[in-house]
Amino acid sequence: MANMSPNKVPMPQQEPDVRNKNFDEVATGYTAEMAMEEASRCINCKNKPCMTGCPVNVPIPGFIEQVAAGNFEKAYEIITSENALPAICGRVCPQENQCEGKCVRGIKGEPVSIGRLERFVADYHMQNGTKPSYDIKPNGRRVAVVGSGPAGITCAGELARKGYEVTIFEALHKAGGVLSYGIPEFRLPKSLVAKELENVTDLGVKIETNVVVGRSITVDDLFEKGYDAVFLGTGAGLPNFLRIPGENLLGVYSANEFLTRVNLMKGYKKGEAPTPVKIGKRVAVVGAGNVAMDAARTAKRLGAEDVYIVYRRGEEEVPARKEEVEHAKEEGVIFKLLNNPVKIHGDDGWVKGIEVVEQKLGEPDASGRRRPEPIEGSNKIIDVETVVIAIGQSPNPLIRQTTEGLETEKWGGIIVNEDTNESTRKNVYAGGDVVTGAATVILAMGAGKKAAKAIDESFA
Amino acid sequence: MYKILKKEVLNQAVILMDVEAPYVSARCEAGQFVIVRVDEDGERIPLTIADFDRDKNSVTIIFQVVGYSTKLMERLEEGDSFCDFVGPLGQPAPFEADKWNRVIGIAGGVGAAPLYPQLKKLSEEGVSVDVIIGGRSAEFVILAEKFEKFCDNVYIMTDDGSLGGKGFVTNKLQELIESGEKYNHAIAIGPLIMMKNVVAVTKQFDLHTAVSLNPIMIDGTGMCGGCRVTVGGETKFACVDGPDFDGFLVDFDECMRRQSFFKEEEHECMMRL
Repeated sequence: MANMSPNKVPMPQQEPDVRNKNFDEVATGYTAEMAMEEASRCINCKNKPCMTGCPVNVPIPGFIEQVAAGNFEKAYEIITSENALPAICGRVCPQENQCEGKCVRGIKGEPVSIGRLERFVADYHMQNGTKPSYDIKPNGRRVAVVGSGPAGITCAGELARKGYEVTIFEALHKAGGVLSYGIPEFRLPKSLVAKELENVTDLGVKIETNVVVGRSITVDDLFEKGYDAVFLGTGAGLPNFLRIPGENLLGVYSANEFLTRVNLMKGYKKGEAPTPVKIGKRVAVVGAGNVAMDAARTAKRLGAEDVYIVYRRGEEEVPARKEEVEHAKEEGVIFKLLNNPVKIHGDDGWVKGIEVVEQKLGEPDASGRRRPEPIEGSNKIIDVETVVIAIGQSPNPLIRQTTEGLETEKWGGIIVNEDTNESTRKNVYAGGDVVTGAATVILAMGAGKKAAKAIDESFA
Repeated sequence: MYKILKKEVLNQAVILMDVEAPYVSARCEAGQFVIVRVDEDGERIPLTIADFDRDKNSVTIIFQVVGYSTKLMERLEEGDSFCDFVGPLGQPAPFEADKWNRVIGIAGGVGAAPLYPQLKKLSEEGVSVDVIIGGRSAEFVILAEKFEKFCDNVYIMTDDGSLGGKGFVTNKLQELIESGEKYNHAIAIGPLIMMKNVVAVTKQFDLHTAVSLNPIMIDGTGMCGGCRVTVGGETKFACVDGPDFDGFLVDFDECMRRQSFFKEEEHECMMRL
């Protein structure tokens, strides 16, 4: 008999006033008892709507059934039959729009906490499980994967299991893409990213860091070197700016720069890492997506007293994961919604404030969200010393500039066949943010998986 | 790992290293740069390529010991390795060798290093090249004998007059142009203030001038946007749009301000050594 409690078993987490001063993980994870209790809330319904919400088709009720029975390793096997990065997805997927958004338990009460259960199972396996031994028969084909973020590592892992010899080329000195440089330690511990990457290298995938495809080597060179196919999973790495006056003042960062300094370059270890990160007492973060929440909460942890989210649309339009918004608010981040920044003011070259105009919401625009319209004469200046621009990223142009026959959208996204993720260039596949524009980890993984399948079928 | 094949101390503050880096040496061109890291926690340090040898898989870097990370680099010896060495990054220097018959290069201090491959390449393509090399004193003038191999004229200027003429590179440049020397193009590489002053001179004579920028950056591939610079009123990323830009259009004052952003932190970090 299912546990009919309308609420999820609460997630143990650090108190807001404690955690906003450290970089340790916010949510500490379910215990085995909590996981079993939560798992028993799943009624194992016939239609399994949760699975239709999962971009990689994890057999959700199947793994939850095993959790409820205490068979955690079996649950892990079931999840990883479809999802190679469960510890990451359990933490960063926007479950409310995916699996949990479809859960029938969510109609009257809270849905089953599929994300927390996935995380529990992955963490349990990392601590207690044994490494599987693989018996992979090489098929003699070689695939180059460009970028070691979620799309690239998923594609590489899938192909390696099928016997392909896979090399991942990574531009930075460290693998993981956005998982390493973007998402902060307190939301996704880097030791965990390292372990998930290890699972991929254990399959025989080679990772070559410090290779910028498009500069150090081109896609054509890769084919010349004998690769049979190339997968481009280079993400959306180019930061967008607002194009308002004052953006080059001292104290204005792109979210990419700010987070990279803190995460990849270890700026969070104050006084240890040589790459500096400097913030004022007051920080405005422009934008309200996950990256903006990460930046705002990071600023708080680095010691900023007042941290603002400045966003031109309203609460309903906030694109970040619900949990991140809640966490940010609990940690003291101040939301200035319906405020559109128009100018950054400076003093002797340094930021001293950000001028905003209040907005009201009009009719829906092309994105389906209500269009913000300025309220004349409502300009005001928020006093801050640091501004972080987190309004999105575009694909990096290096590969499209150096690869003939690779067609892209006007905004830079690589055009692919929706069924195969093959680009307009034969045997060149692409997936993840470089195709969709900045989106989620799980969608990137889904694309990597789809491309791997198509690559394999193309050689069948 | 990227092995140091050769280390040469050029003067008390400037060091040359040949580093084994096959990806970089295979494809790099004059004007491009690399990013190096000394160790696992190290900073990513951008350095413009000073020379390369495709046969030996080696790339030459020349750096000035100015802060924490370059101090760590100084401690590396032949046979040691860099933890990371990535490139080539940025655009090759935009040459119009077919339109130019005479070019003047102007280098300040360690700026002679990135200028060297540019002038060498132009000379190889049949362009006559002159160079003005400046330094605080004789000791800080580097690579003069290497430039002599292909430059028609090598002019040296030192602040204290201990080598060549006494004064700034701009004094020499002004003098040359006023005395009737004709150039189609100038390339100035050195401290921001020097490049700004060079451009102030060449503008008077409408002598088109390229400059090479080396602003604060992290990844060098367009990801952080820290290296943004205003060129002709537009924001550019030095790492992917440059590092060479039209000197007439660069907002040098903004570059100088941005260069100073982490001054305090850099100082604090130095104190740890």
